[in-house]
Amino acid sequence: MIITLSWLKDHLVTNANLGKIIDKLTDIGLEVEGLKENQGDLSNFKIAKVLKAEKHPNADKLKLCEVSLGNSKTFKVVCGAANAREGLITVYAPPGTVIPKTKMKLKIAKIRGVESHGMLCSESELNISDESDGIVELKNRSKDIGKNYFKGKGEKSIDLSVTPNRPDCLGVRGIARDLASAGLGKLSNLKKIKFKQNFSQPVKISITKEKNQGCMSFGACYIRNIKNKESPEWLKEKIISLGLKPISAVVDITNYVMLDLNRPLHAYDADKIDKEIIVRNSKTEEIFEALDGKKYKLKNNMCVICDKSGALGLGGIIGGTRSGTEFKTTNILLESAYFFPSSVRKTANSLDIDTDAKYRFERGIDPNSIKEGLELATGLIIKICGGEASKFSVVGKTSIKSRLIEIDNNKFKKVIGIPISSSETKKILNSLGFKTKFSKKNFKIEIPSWRPDVKQDIDIIEELIRIKGFDKISLIHPERKRSKETLNFKQKLFHLSQRAVASKGYLEAVTWSFTDSRIDKQFSQGKKEIEITNPISSDLNVLRRSIFSNLIIYLKKNQDRGYPDLSLFEIGPTFSGNKPGEQQIVLGALKSGVANRKSWDAKTRNIDVFDVKADAIKTLVELGINEDDLNISNNTQDFYNPGRSGSVNLKSPSGLQLASFGEIHPGIVANIDLKERNVCGFEIFLKNIPEPQKKYRLAKRNYSVSEFQKSERDFAFVIDKNYKAGDIEKIIGDVDKSLIKKVLIFDVFEGGNMPEGKKSIAVNVTIQSMVKTLSEKDLNEVSQKIINIVKAKTGGTIRS
Amino acid sequence: MADLRELIQKVLQAKDKLELQNLKSQFLGKNSQINQEFKKLGSLNENDRKIRASSLNNEKQKISEAINNKFKELENLEINQKLQKNKVDVTLPARERPNGKIHPVSQVIDEISSIFSEIGFSVAEGPDVESEYNNFTALNTPEDHPARDMHDTFYLDDNKKILLRTHTSPVQIRTMLSGKAPFKIIVPGRTYRCDSDQTHAPMFHQLEGLHIDKDITMGHLKGCLDYFVKEFFEVKKIRMRFRPSHFPFTEPSAEVDIGYRLENGRIIVGEGDKWLEILGCGMVHPNVLKNTKVDTKKFQGYAFGMGIDRLAMLKYGINDLRSFFEADFRWLNYFGFDPLDVPTNYRGLSR
Repeated sequence: MIITLSWLKDHLVTNANLGKIIDKLTDIGLEVEGLKENQGDLSNFKIAKVLKAEKHPNADKLKLCEVSLGNSKTFKVVCGAANAREGLITVYAPPGTVIPKTKMKLKIAKIRGVESHGMLCSESELNISDESDGIVELKNRSKDIGKNYFKGKGEKSIDLSVTPNRPDCLGVRGIARDLASAGLGKLSNLKKIKFKQNFSQPVKISITKEKNQGCMSFGACYIRNIKNKESPEWLKEKIISLGLKPISAVVDITNYVMLDLNRPLHAYDADKIDKEIIVRNSKTEEIFEALDGKKYKLKNNMCVICDKSGALGLGGIIGGTRSGTEFKTTNILLESAYFFPSSVRKTANSLDIDTDAKYRFERGIDPNSIKEGLELATGLIIKICGGEASKFSVVGKTSIKSRLIEIDNNKFKKVIGIPISSSETKKILNSLGFKTKFSKKNFKIEIPSWRPDVKQDIDIIEELIRIKGFDKISLIHPERKRSKETLNFKQKLFHLSQRAVASKGYLEAVTWSFTDSRIDKQFSQGKKEIEITNPISSDLNVLRRSIFSNLIIYLKKNQDRGYPDLSLFEIGPTFSGNKPGEQQIVLGALKSGVANRKSWDAKTRNIDVFDVKADAIKTLVELGINEDDLNISNNTQDFYNPGRSGSVNLKSPSGLQLASFGEIHPGIVANIDLKERNVCGFEIFLKNIPEPQKKYRLAKRNYSVSEFQKSERDFAFVIDKNYKAGDIEKIIGDVDKSLIKKVLIFDVFEGGNMPEGKKSIAVNVTIQSMVKTLSEKDLNEVSQKIINIVKAKTGGTIRS
Repeated sequence: MADLRELIQKVLQAKDKLELQNLKSQFLGKNSQINQEFKKLGSLNENDRKIRASSLNNEKQKISEAINNKFKELENLEINQKLQKNKVDVTLPARERPNGKIHPVSQVIDEISSIFSEIGFSVAEGPDVESEYNNFTALNTPEDHPARDMHDTFYLDDNKKILLRTHTSPVQIRTMLSGKAPFKIIVPGRTYRCDSDQTHAPMFHQLEGLHIDKDITMGHLKGCLDYFVKEFFEVKKIRMRFRPSHFPFTEPSAEVDIGYRLENGRIIVGEGDKWLEILGCGMVHPNVLKNTKVDTKKFQGYAFGMGIDRLAMLKYGINDLRSFFEADFRWLNYFGFDPLDVPTNYRGLSR
């Protein structure tokens, strides 16, 4: 909502200056979003005389004009208008001016080789009419040369953000009332223009009784023999100052009343109405041509204003072209109606129409303002356009009863924390138009019809504290007391895994929860796509089913910027369906390129599956899982390279999947066309991380170490090529848990003199007893046991 | 027997370890003079033997000591000579160490959680995909409420019943429906609006706060936010103003501005004369409490919501909201936080 100080003063008697008013508006909940010069700085536009108009040396259709503002200085302006001629008095905009229509700032510019200092303007460029054929022609204004064209003196307009609960403040008077209540002046009485009403309103009007009827009441006035014309300057200026475009006196007056009193009106050309007005529900597929120039196909149950030939308007939203007023209109029917907010909103949303009237009706205008609006508009029309007015007719409910709310006297203190006196309560509420009756226990309050938002006692409390001022509330310092843990187990895991992975050299990214379906498909394991019905763009059209979908897009972007060696991760939701809760928290990390690129002392090598395996395993251990409980298998998601990826499950291959890791499938990498093709990644599924039964410190075994000497033995086994190294490690570890402290594979060898289909695995075993120093004989016994069991379980033989 | 002093003199003059080794066997070995002298002890009477033995032992020890000292001296000499040859250029680049970072949004969530933890809030969560009921209707925003227009909502179905939550407030509903009052929670999380330009991203982060208990008033709300803002921006004095506003799910509602000034193009929060809106809040609307089966005769309280990304921008001087979500390696490196830099109250919230 835009207001100007001068318009505000039509309703508010005040000495307060602009600054004070702005502060107060913000204090009472009418947030001032900005102060604007009207349509740019309108004071820049000057009345000027064209002294000379010659043909442009380089262009046939352009003219080179010498323009004077009445003093000795002249300006050279290039102008394309046909009517630019010597002696014409017109409107000149100097360089630096913002042109209202285009919002462009004028610069000194060369046009076809000749410098133009500013511009001569058409009415259309000034947003005062649609006239764009030639520049403004001012007659009999030679004494005004050099003066401002707009008399508003570039008055500043105040841009208010009016919250949806305050429709009453979508009119200047409502704002004035609030300011008066807040002590910034006195609300003046409505000025009335007297006019005669000597005949009855001749057009028959009816509201059909049907279910979902959107119109509660319909007031009208017939005005005959008017002479519609351009609005007088004062009215044009008012309309412009609030951001609208003057059209004709009749239309401007209806707009004026809407802005002034928040009372939308509509004027019909009465001669175009076919017999009578019927307010009814629309039928399916009914066609309606609106004043915005569009044809709408209506659905059923929309509120339409009709005559015998069909729809004339959508109630409370927009009028139609068929009955629109024109300059030649002589008889009009003025409508002042009340449409139900939900009906207006439903219709407008369904047809996607947004108008000033719709904005007001859907928030709720004053149902008792029908006559008030007709009076002001009719008076102005008769004053400006002449004519005779009928008596007002109103069909439907003529007024609604005021709502009554009782409020306990202590309620304010109970909610706000500070007391309020009954006299202050009374003063604030009365000044806002509420009627109050005070008793020992409570207030009985009658709600004014323009406040649809006030429905219960808490709304009254808001009114009171809003006007009293939030700064009056004394703050109560919070107690530093914690009775519940801040984070639960899963939340702790989230934060811990985040920092655990970052500490391994990964940069944390935060990307959208939605992604490109073409990329997402590649990481989705054939699960169902989760579409967004109204995506922001076609490449962000589905919810991600994997963290990798977005991460790989950004990996690519970074590679394209020239960073091939990268480690990125994200922790956040991935989705498995479109119902609430069909999501889980996953940590996904990608790593691309090489290690030791251009290193002076280490060999450059490709990042590989064992880098990400290490990061995944280490992170799981840091999350509190016993490394012995991690089962590694190669049965994992198919977006990895099947021969170079693995799954980490709890305790067994069929246990809960804690993580996956591996080389991203080269097919996907090629598809997405990554510059650096070597990409590995891992995922950790936080929901599968088990919550320990006991605190870690309690779950730990008692501390005991051996005081006896430890020995190491190396073995090399020749074994089937496909045999898993991890299995051998486990088999050896299980040979004698009391003696074998550590098993480490330190070499794997294939080819050379190895038999076909075999490989050699070298294992280092640490052997130590808790009870004695092991003799050579003891050690040999353990060694032999290892060799025998490995042979029995794997077929592997010791290499001699 | 040669003069003890003479022997020690020879030891001190030894040129290398080999010579010293030779001197050792010569002076202390089987055939050394001193060993011969020891052998003669048997022929002496007890008294003389005692005296002689003690003197011989003394001599032996002195020679031995001299040899050992000389040995260490020679060895040190040798090491030092070796070191002279084994120098490296320490200005060569050190080996790479991985350099990970925590995203500013995560860091700020940690900071906020730490601050609210101190006054007894716990962290609650809810799903990103929400029902229209939890996101709007239960929050006193029925279908025909114009406030819905302020939320450009992403929908997942044609009936507009399933959506991406437009704020973290539905977690209020979930929390209250699934538990018993009192409630004291904060909810950091992802939120979505179908809006994208320089200052709006289709996804952003919000922090919701909810405190429902007996006799919780707007005074408590003011106190809580005053505490939070001072802790978060790590300033003792900060100008703060509560402006009346409207949210369907709180009544009365307020927006909160904090004071700031500009210094070299950077926003300095505190006592400056300009105002900056940072959050919305209010007393939870009785309709919301009724919708969640909270006894409004016994319980009341406040709720607030703020933009986490915006707080991060303000505190850490980040200008562009959209850059948060672009995962630019350079940006993450520059604005990211060291993983060891965990915000805590006692070690300080930020470095």
